[in-house]
Parts: sequence; C-alpha cells; structure tokens
Amino acid sequence: MEVEKPVESRCFDLQTELDRTEGANTEVLKAKSIAPIPDPDEWLEKSLERNILLTTVDTLVDWARRSALWTVICFPACCAFEFIATAGPRFDISRFGMEIIRASPRQADLMITAGTLTWKMAPQVRRIYDQMAEPKWVIAMGACGCSGGIFASSYSVVPGYNRIVPVDVYVPGCPPRPEALLYGVRMLQNKIAREHVDIKLPFPLTGTKKEG
Amino acid sequence: MTVSLSGTEVAKQIASQFPEAIAESSNQAVVVKTEYLLKVAEFLKNSPDFDFNYLNDMTAADYYDYFEVVFQLSSLNLNHKLMLKTRCYERLKPAVPSVCCLWRGAELMEREIYDLMGITFTGHPNLKRIVLWEGFQGHPLRKDYL
Amino acid sequence: MTIKTEPFVINFGPAHPSTHGVFRMRVVLDGEVVLDLEPVYGYLHRGIEKLAEQRTYTGIIPLTDRLDYLAAMSNNLAHCIAVEKLAGIKVPERAEYLRVILAELQRLCSHLIAVGAFLNDSGAFMTPILYMLREREKILDLFEMLSGQRLTYNDMRPGGVSQDAPEEFLPALHKFVDQMPRYLDEYDQLLAKNEILLARSKGVGILSKELAINSSASGPVLRASGVKWDIRKAEPYSIYDRFEFEIPTGTAGDCYDRYLVRMLEMRQSVRIIEQAMKQFPSGEYRSRVPKLIRPPVGEVYSRIEAPKGELAFYIVSDSSIAPYRYHIRGTSLINLTALRDMIVGWKVADLIVIFGSIDICMGEVDR
Repeated sequence: MEVEKPVESRCFDLQTELDRTEGANTEVLKAKSIAPIPDPDEWLEKSLERNILLTTVDTLVDWARRSALWTVICFPACCAFEFIATAGPRFDISRFGMEIIRASPRQADLMITAGTLTWKMAPQVRRIYDQMAEPKWVIAMGACGCSGGIFASSYSVVPGYNRIVPVDVYVPGCPPRPEALLYGVRMLQNKIAREHVDIKLPFPLTGTKKEG
Repeated sequence: MTVSLSGTEVAKQIASQFPEAIAESSNQAVVVKTEYLLKVAEFLKNSPDFDFNYLNDMTAADYYDYFEVVFQLSSLNLNHKLMLKTRCYERLKPAVPSVCCLWRGAELMEREIYDLMGITFTGHPNLKRIVLWEGFQGHPLRKDYL
Repeated sequence: MTIKTEPFVINFGPAHPSTHGVFRMRVVLDGEVVLDLEPVYGYLHRGIEKLAEQRTYTGIIPLTDRLDYLAAMSNNLAHCIAVEKLAGIKVPERAEYLRVILAELQRLCSHLIAVGAFLNDSGAFMTPILYMLREREKILDLFEMLSGQRLTYNDMRPGGVSQDAPEEFLPALHKFVDQMPRYLDEYDQLLAKNEILLARSKGVGILSKELAINSSASGPVLRASGVKWDIRKAEPYSIYDRFEFEIPTGTAGDCYDRYLVRMLEMRQSVRIIEQAMKQFPSGEYRSRVPKLIRPPVGEVYSRIEAPKGELAFYIVSDSSIAPYRYHIRGTSLINLTALRDMIVGWKVADLIVIFGSIDICMGEVDR
C-alpha cells in the first residue's frame, strides 16, 4: 500500500503521524482512566504527607497564636477562684495550651480579668495591659468584668472593664462556671482564627504584580 | 456562754469612778461623753471586774444630728461583752479621741471610720484614707453622701 | 573603707502572684532584710456597706457572698443569724442542722485553700494546691447539689435555708465524710514532718499571745498564738452546743502553728459533720417569714466563728425594709493589724510565707 506522495504534502504526512501517536497516547490514558484517581492522602507516601502542608500564612500564624495563650495575672476578686478551679485538676485548662499563668505581663498575650475592678485598681490594670506585648487579647470574666455586676451602682467600682481596656470576649455569670470560661476561651480562639495577619517585611518586595 | 453585761449596771460602776462621764445608758449599751472616752476605756480595760482586753469591733453610724461611734468590747478571760458608745455632735469637723493606745486592733478600724465616715481620731499614729484613694471627695457612709 | 549602703524601697503588689488578690505592701529593705513595711489597702473596695443600705434584708445575702468569697456559706450564716436576732425569727431544727453541716463544709473548703495557698507561697508552687483543689471540688459538688452554684451560693435565708437538701445529698455527704480523714492523713504524711516546710515556717513570723489579743486577731491566727478562744464554744450560736469537738491551739504562734491549727481544725470539722449527720432530723427547712422583713427599731451585733476568724455584723434597723446602717467586721482586715510586727526583721522570702500564713481574702479586707 506504499503510495508516492507529493513533496509539498510531506509535512502533512508527518503531522498525521504525530497525530496518530498523540491519539494513541490519548487512547492509552483513556484506557487507564476508567476509575477516578483516589484522594492523594490515601496513596501518597506517608513521609511526604508529614512534611508538606499546604496552607495560607494567615492560618498558620493564627494557629500558632491561638494554641498557646498565656494568661497574665489580673485576679482582683471572686472570679479568680473559678479561674484557679479551671486551671485545677478537674477542668484542666492545659488542654488548650494555656496552663502557664504568667506573673509578668511581658510574657503573656491574654488577660482574663477575673473580678471587680475598682477605680483605685484601674490604673494598675491599664498599666499591666500596656506592658503586654502585641498581639494581646482580653476576656472579661464575670458580671463585674462585663458591666460592674451587682456592684455597678457603687461609688468605687468601674462599670465594666471595657472602660479601661478593649475587651474581646465577654463571659457573663457571677462567677461564670469553669465550663463557661472554657467556652469563652474557645470563642476567643475562633476569633483569632479569623484574623488577617499583616506581615511587614523588613525590606520592600520587588517585582511586578501579576495582571489579572 | 458569753454574758452580755447590762449597760445600766456597768454605767453605775463607771459613774462611781467618773461621775460626769455617762451620757446615757440602757440595757444594751453605755453611752459615754466624748471627753471621758479614753478614761472610761482605760478603766474598763484595766479594772479586774471587767478586764475588757479584747476589742471586737469599732464602727460609726450617722444619725444626722450626731455621729455615734460604737465599740464592741469583750473579755477573753471572763467571757463577757459590752457595747460602748460615744456621740459626736459636731458635723463639720467631728473628732473623737483614739483608743489605739489601749487596743492596737483599733488602728485599722479607726482609719476605716475616718475614711468612710469622716470622723477624726485625735492621737491616732497614722490617720489617713485606707480604702479610698487620696483625693476622693466626701465620705461615702455619711447619710448625706449621694 | 566602709561601703555606703542605703535602704531600698520596693513595691509589692497589687498584681502579684503571692498577694492573694490585690493586696499591696511598700517594703523598705536593707539588703534582704525587711526594715519597714506599709500595707496599702483598698484595691477591692466595692462599697458593700453602702450598697446594703439600699437593699432589703434578703437582698443583702448575695452581697455577703462576695465578702469572703472562699467562705460564702459562713457569710450567709452570719448575716442570717444577725437578721434573725434583730427580727426575732425562729429557725426550724432541720434547717439548723443543715446550716451547721454547710458551715463546717465551708470551713473545710476554706482551710484547704488556705493551706494550699500557704504551701504555694512557701515555694512548692502549684503541686500541693492541686491536691487541695481535688478535695475542694468534692465539697463544691455537695454545695452545687443544694444551691446550684459553685462559689457564691446565696443559699441561706432568714428563718432557714432557701431549699431543702435533695435525696442524694446525705448519701453523697456520707461518702465524702468517709473519704476526708484519709485525705487529711495523706496531707499529714506529705507535709507535717516535711523538712522544707519546717525550715521555712518553724519559728518564722511569731505573733505573741499578748499582741494577738491586743491587736484583735481572731480565728486560727489567734488560736495559733495559744489563746483558746473559739466563738463556737465561747458563745455557741445556732446549735453548736450539741456537738463535741475540741479547739486546737498552737504554742509558739509561728507560721507552722497557724498551718497546724488549720489542719487540726479540719479534723474537728469532719467530726462535727459526722455528729450532725447522725442527728439530722426531718421536718421543715424554713419557717414562715414575710418576704419583706421589717425588724423593730434597734441594733444588733452578732458574731460567728467563720473560717478566717470572728465574722460579725452590726446592723441598725429603723423598722424599714432596708437596714439603716450595715457594718461588717472584716476578719481578714483586722488580722492584718499586726502584720508589720510579724514581718519586720525577717527576709523578703519569709515575708511571703508570713503573709500567706495569715490567710486573708481581699473581698473581706476591703469590702
């Protein structure tokens, strides 16, 4: 079946040859692909799985921040003992990576305001807050922390910690049970997980931004 | 069981020592004049019949016309107690002698009364505001404080 | 050549891990030795006495919870006894027994924290207090059965208690009373002859008998100085005259004695609860009392033996629904009168131990 072909059509001939090869490859792949590819987690090598993590910077940084919240000591009144009970053997706050209670505000990133705040104590609390390193969060624990509670009408009580420091999460109750405090901590952790992280590089990024 | 001494009985004994000291006496309490307070307190503490070696409590109440300073005395050896009072009719600058020299326990109680009720205790070693901050206006436990 | 030295003033508190709240001390030091000390109070002054003047006699009970928040039941009891004396209210038998059981459980609870915090201050950070918290949770479970709260119970009322003990309360209490002496044995085994504790607390911070009486100290602080004075014996309130118990006293008045008195008192409390359980009667848990109590014109000074000492209320009534004057004898504040005498001359490390051995509660110091 050998037929002499004109010279100018030689290129075409080669092309059809190529087409056939490509078609054959397609057929091979098609023959192989009768079933969907399983999830990579199922067949990827275990060592590879441990070493590669695909995520965004936001998620990574937020995860690191929320998983080890260290508390500063700010325990003016009754709620302190519910906090201590939370740190105690039964409720065990170390499950959330925060069993370390720091006496120095410079080593802490969470302030749990356990108790009534009086005007005499307010400057000290503000000072502790100012000394904490960024990023920092505040949980107002108890009715006194949220609004002054039953002492709100007193001449010496600050009606709520949010007059003095910005509060992220309010945990009501007089005093809140340890479960309530743990729920508040989880809420704060969820809040941190949603935060967007601005990373400031020490040098400006060069290169053009991709259009689109 | 602690015996609550009758105020009238005690007043009679005090009157035998200091005839002018008693202002009023009832079954519950003895009211002495402010200027005799220290002498009467010393007598009650040192006399072997009373032996009030323990000052339970000290407080003040505002009755508009006068301030009343109330002492709760008791004796740990004889196990009896007495309510001793004194009245201070001055409203602008009320002053009562301090009993710190007799009972050290009065030190903080007097500071508290000075802070919250505004009664000055003459002879107190360190009379200044205790629970409120310096510069607080007024004395909250007075009835005219709003 | 002599080196010129000068005293050094440091500020201790109000936010410090060893100040049991917001207590503050200005301490003058010569090297490590304390030359002088000035306590600063008032960082938790909430004005309870003024607030109480605007509330009904039943409405004050939640305020008393927050005085000594480690012993809220005792505060409730003291307030209710004072109001009952003022208004002449009778209390049924069952309520009296329930009150005694609750007050003694509260004493156990408070002393557990006192001992645990004292050991915390002595240098055994966090380990002993976890043992104490374990038992405290068991007591809090019992309280929760009755009142539904863990810390501020608001459980007693003038004329009885707010609600009757549920069926499962007595069996649970039985179980706890059986267990508690063994826990106390465990503490004794760990602590009573512990060399470090003895070295840190024996002979440290001595409060003499004369000074303790003269400075109106009360409770374990007074008893550790060798004064056999307990209001439960001296002036039995409620039904304390029906129980057999002893008053443990110390001899030297040092920190170790204060610790020991508390440990021994816990055993006596268990003893009282055992007796009260055996005699526990059935019947009413609360007498019929009007919702708004209007006591006749008069005044009352009523005291009880709270875990920290003599807790008393001085109430003046003008026969309205709210008290005319409501004064609280803050035990913790008055126990601090002799603080300076106890600490001066000791070192900074001892300061914390001595302060911890007094066992104060800031809610009661500042009110």
